[in-house]
Amino acid sequence: MNSNSPLLEVKNLQVSINKNEILKNLNLTVKKGEIHAIMGPNGSGKSTFSKVLAGHPTYSVLSGDILLKGLSILDLEPEERSHLGIFLAFQYPIEIPGVSNEDFLRLAYNSKQKFYNKPEVDPLEFLTIISEKLKLVNMSPTFLSRNLNEGFSGGEKKRNEILQMILLDSELSILDETDSGLDIDALRVISNGINNFMSPDKSIILITHYQRLLDYINPTYVHVMQNGKIIKTGSAELAKELENKGYEWLN
Amino acid sequence: MVNQSNKVLNKNITKLVNQDYQYGFSTTIEKDIIEKGLNDKTIHLISKKKNETKFLLDFRLKAYKMWKQMPEPEWAYLQFPQIDYQDIIYYSAPKSQKKLKTLDEVDPELLKTFEKLGISLTEQKRLANVAIDAVFDSVSIGTTFQKELNKVGVIFSSISEAVEEYPDLIEKYLGSVVPIGDNYFAALNSAVFTDGSFCYIPEDIICPLDLSTYFRINDQKSGQFERTLIIAEKNSQVNYLEGCTAPQYDTNQLHAAVVELVALENASIKYSTVQNWYSGNEFGKGGVYNFVTKRGLCSGDNAKISWTQVETGSSITWKYPSCLLVGNKSQGEFYSVALTNNYQQADTGTKMMHIGKNTRSRIISKGISAGNSKNSYRGLVNVTNKALGARNYSQCDSLLIGNLSNANTFPFISVQNSTTKIEHEASTSKIGEEQIFYFLQRGISLEKAVELMISGFCRDIFTELPLEFAAEADKLLTLKLEGSVG
Repeated sequence: MNSNSPLLEVKNLQVSINKNEILKNLNLTVKKGEIHAIMGPNGSGKSTFSKVLAGHPTYSVLSGDILLKGLSILDLEPEERSHLGIFLAFQYPIEIPGVSNEDFLRLAYNSKQKFYNKPEVDPLEFLTIISEKLKLVNMSPTFLSRNLNEGFSGGEKKRNEILQMILLDSELSILDETDSGLDIDALRVISNGINNFMSPDKSIILITHYQRLLDYINPTYVHVMQNGKIIKTGSAELAKELENKGYEWLN
Repeated sequence: MVNQSNKVLNKNITKLVNQDYQYGFSTTIEKDIIEKGLNDKTIHLISKKKNETKFLLDFRLKAYKMWKQMPEPEWAYLQFPQIDYQDIIYYSAPKSQKKLKTLDEVDPELLKTFEKLGISLTEQKRLANVAIDAVFDSVSIGTTFQKELNKVGVIFSSISEAVEEYPDLIEKYLGSVVPIGDNYFAALNSAVFTDGSFCYIPEDIICPLDLSTYFRINDQKSGQFERTLIIAEKNSQVNYLEGCTAPQYDTNQLHAAVVELVALENASIKYSTVQNWYSGNEFGKGGVYNFVTKRGLCSGDNAKISWTQVETGSSITWKYPSCLLVGNKSQGEFYSVALTNNYQQADTGTKMMHIGKNTRSRIISKGISAGNSKNSYRGLVNVTNKALGARNYSQCDSLLIGNLSNANTFPFISVQNSTTKIEHEASTSKIGEEQIFYFLQRGISLEKAVELMISGFCRDIFTELPLEFAAEADKLLTLKLEGSVG
């Protein structure tokens, strides 16, 4: 596969929940090495789109297709999509009591190793691997022994998501409002983490409400989503224009 | 669509938790059975079959008389059809021609049964550090390591043997912790109990082996009414383990046991149970009704009794292992994991009665409910006016799996002096769609996800189990909660 062939192709995607149509005829093509920002008013279907890509069971795909590296993933389970390189950084990472962050991270890492017939790592080897990654998001090793997201601050939860993205080395990362609720310092740390992670063979979809994230991360394209479809696509300049004029301007 | 996705989740969870019950086989063996039904004649017959003394016959008859006048308790959060006590066989024993001298004389069919259950009674394959008493329906089949234990003065035998050989101890302690008329099921047990284990740890002895009883219900129509009595003299210590299984029938079997523990000054008894009676099928048909009275008496100063239970089986569980803390500075502990699935119902917990000064108790209860099951914690912490300086810590956590299960906590605290310290914590968490999706999105399978969440939830309890049992409990929960992912 050459570097210009698309990593992700979304074709005429139509999705509903509770018989309400949320995504209507959505089209999007993401190539390797590209960062796509998706902006849009509340309720326009951005989060739905991210969950549908990850295979959340609540949503029904009525028509259209999602291709990853040319192959349809509609029939694949969420964990298979994960193994194939799709990562979703959740807008509200869920708290899991009783499960340590370290156990969770190791299990996630080993599940992927196993899928690719690579050797699983023991806790000691894993500690070496994860310690390196922790530095990239400026997290203290004490996070490892805490329960998964339990009692984490908003910023800590988001950092933990980026840590997982880096650990799993996913090819297509969807970041759902990763910047919301962050202070300026945390925003800078997370943006740095994302920029360092990004490479010519990876792609990122950034879902955001604010132009300020795009001050740190330079998107290849900016899309505006409204009523379940992409109504405008432009460069980074489009985000700045939106910041000044609001979404109304597009109507 | 929310409903639809709940269906998907419930379907997956159901698949996951509905592992086949691997102990569901039954053994065909020639049996000595008495007619079903309960009356004075039944009790005389049981007593005669067991060659009992007048003391025991009177004990039984008195209990029966009381039982007849008692109403069946209805306060538990359980629903089940009326039990027909006349439709139960109260004595069922494998037929044996003569009294057995050694385990080698035991019917090979029985040995095979226990072998299949993972319990080896034959000399070569015995667990190195555990002495086992195996109870099959109404009688004890054999007890291992008896000679070795006798050397240090530890008595470990079936209660029938003890009745014959140590009548003084039996008369002194039987019914001393759980009185004949304590409750409906204890009275029934006192009237018709058939076998169980007896342990006596003499003064200053730390029992060199863990003692263990394995209970097996085999007969479809018979009830199991076992009686266990453990006495730990001054400065002694013992670890006791109990395991149970039953075949898979689509009718219900009744199991009403009584366990009495007595710990004298400075003595310590640790009693652990892994209960895996057949729990009925996925529609709630069949399974064991488990009505058990377990109580320990810390009669001397500094005595300690610790209950640990992993309850995974039975269609109904009604069980409250309790401690009477009479000696000053005595301690009671209760650690419990109760897992219910499908239509299982569990109403379980503990009672801590603080009577002596500076007595301490600790309660950690973890309830896991899946499927359509009901899981309730019911606890009583009672501190009398004389129990100055008493302390209690209680923690009750519930974990719900899916959307149809039910968890309840009924803690009851009564304190009658002002120098007592009581702490109570409770939490409810849920393994729901969003938690599972989080794991799946990270590439972790449903079964691994549930296993990780369950074992994290139960960690505090499993560390309390003796090594042999911790492995078994872990395996048991994994078996119940692991499977193919849909």
